[in-house]
Amino acid sequence: MPIEIYLNVAASGLLTGLVYGLMALGLSVIFGVVRVVNFAHGEMMTLAMYLTLVLFSALKLDPLVLLVPIAAVMFAFGYLLQLGLINPFINRPEHSQFMLLVALALILVNVQLIVFGPDAQGIRTAYSFDSFQLGPLIVDASKVYAAGAALVVAAALFAFFRFTLLGKAIRACADNYDGALVVGLNVKRLYALTFGIGAACVGAAGAMLMAVIDVTPEIGPAYTLLAFVIVITGGLGSMPGALLGGLLIGLTEALGGVLFTPSAKSMFAFGLLVLVLLFRPQGILGKKASG
Amino acid sequence: MTQRINRRRFNQALAAAGAATAFHPFGIVRAQGARLKVGVLLPRSGVQAGIGQDCHRVVQITGGLLSELGLPGLDIMNGDTESNVDVARSRAERLISEGAQLLVGAFDSGQTTAIAQVAEQRGIPLVINIAAAPPITEQGYKFVFRNFATAPMILGDAFANQLEVFSLTGVAPKTAVFMHVNDTFGVAMQKGFTGVMSKFTMPYKVAQTIAYDPAARDLSVEVAKARASGAEALIMVSRLNDAILITRELVKQRWSPTAVLSMGPGWYEDQYLKTLGKLGDGPISFVPWYDPNKKLAKQLEAAHAKAFPGINLNTNHIYTFEALLVAADAYKRAGSADPKALADAIRATDIKDNVSTGPGIQFNAKGQNDKLKNSAIQNRGGKLVVVAPKGASNAKPELPMKAYDKR
Repeated sequence: MPIEIYLNVAASGLLTGLVYGLMALGLSVIFGVVRVVNFAHGEMMTLAMYLTLVLFSALKLDPLVLLVPIAAVMFAFGYLLQLGLINPFINRPEHSQFMLLVALALILVNVQLIVFGPDAQGIRTAYSFDSFQLGPLIVDASKVYAAGAALVVAAALFAFFRFTLLGKAIRACADNYDGALVVGLNVKRLYALTFGIGAACVGAAGAMLMAVIDVTPEIGPAYTLLAFVIVITGGLGSMPGALLGGLLIGLTEALGGVLFTPSAKSMFAFGLLVLVLLFRPQGILGKKASG
Repeated sequence: MTQRINRRRFNQALAAAGAATAFHPFGIVRAQGARLKVGVLLPRSGVQAGIGQDCHRVVQITGGLLSELGLPGLDIMNGDTESNVDVARSRAERLISEGAQLLVGAFDSGQTTAIAQVAEQRGIPLVINIAAAPPITEQGYKFVFRNFATAPMILGDAFANQLEVFSLTGVAPKTAVFMHVNDTFGVAMQKGFTGVMSKFTMPYKVAQTIAYDPAARDLSVEVAKARASGAEALIMVSRLNDAILITRELVKQRWSPTAVLSMGPGWYEDQYLKTLGKLGDGPISFVPWYDPNKKLAKQLEAAHAKAFPGINLNTNHIYTFEALLVAADAYKRAGSADPKALADAIRATDIKDNVSTGPGIQFNAKGQNDKLKNSAIQNRGGKLVVVAPKGASNAKPELPMKAYDKR
């Protein structure tokens, strides 16, 4: 097989992986601070995708433009969800949190089925069929724009947590819950903000992904699983780890598909996960548990 | 001389009438204008809902056409198999209990097999509209009839039509890549393809076979691999959404095969044509289809276009209509709704003025119409034209396919 095929497939895998990474970043942010594993993560992303579909149909605005309002809507959704529903479960046993979020996931999937039906739906932008050619490399234009937007959003998120007072306050909650309380931080509100930020990430990822693939309600659970694979590979609670995990999984799936058989693409992602769990269980960039 | 009616004569006449009724096997006498109760079983909900509802479109317009042909009317009793084998079985039982005198259905081979078992057990004729699995008419059933091609018939005609297309255009690919959806349907078609191809002298060799995940939303890797094989033609077994995804990738990856040859659904469907516009032109699909030159086909096409503008006549409509046509024709000849009489009448069916490609509708001893032919249709200007077989075509095939970047 010509080398350019591998290059093309690898490029495609990396670009898609960046969008996956942004999706997983939301999960990592939520767990890193709130210590809640969001089992409805993929379903929230399909909710964002459907919102993008509706707004695109109504307003004919590019999904990369819609990314901002979608992220804002999902932020509000996440904020209210955390404050109203999830907060009482923070100190309850983990299986209670699990059941709550799985139930939420099922509700989201079925509401989407009722409202939008089971058929795949997509949008057609001006660049849906475009590609860039750089020598032997042919790269899907939609994936380039989506990946670029994912990098911008990720960079903004890093900057928020590093340079803003609010971001530092959230990090303080994550690092030392009791200490945060002692210094007078409103932890409940910060948790809600964090969940909102995580939801906004997944909303942005959903808007970008809508430019690349079609949406059906049934892809939600698959993306929840993918998000878990990515954050565990990269390191649960590590934001750079989530992005790296996304890149690795995107690349692994793509190259595995072209080297072996495309129908078993997902198998390679899980294979990588197993290797990470065996040899570096905290994830590639995760911190080892102390004690 | 006038005969007087006395009490004795009157009683004798009454006794004779009573005896005539009593000696009729089921006491059923088709009164003038009585309609046959036909249970139509289709997947109206579940994963196959779109197809079932598409089949149902033609059910809504069949009555008028049957009347124009001088055939008796049918009382349609709708049943929903819910795309599920067990539900199909129970619905068939229910329809029969509610008085269905004949069944039509059910698109899916698994569901149809279950309904066939019920029909045979209950002695009620079943006319299969669409189901390609060969074993259905290999069970020795006496009440099951299929006016649809089996998978080997479809594949055999596909190769024959391909040879005709290559001969008419003077273009024959030397290599092909075979891409199929990795589920029961796709794998069965791939096995069948390999088996039947050996019986024909095809100009191409299959350079690579690629199976893809039916749940995949991104087929860029698959198309890249297909392109890397260097094959001239792309042979597909896919579904509608996959066909759209693959075409997008063909455009984005700047690969325009000489020919896209489809052995399954998707590439000729309305949604494909509407979504892709001019980028959807060119693929040739090898499918059970109608003969556009037949009188009844034109009537059906006109009635369908009037009732459902913007929706092309397709396999679902054609064969569902013909199943109902068989039912009405048999009822007329049987003169009775007696199931055995109906079954015998169906077995003796000989409809030459039909819709589908081939010499007409006749059933062999197994209840299969083994004379059916299948067609090659090509997407052209957002419409479908029949390019093979020659006697049942209305356009010449165009190969090589126009490059995507030149449209």
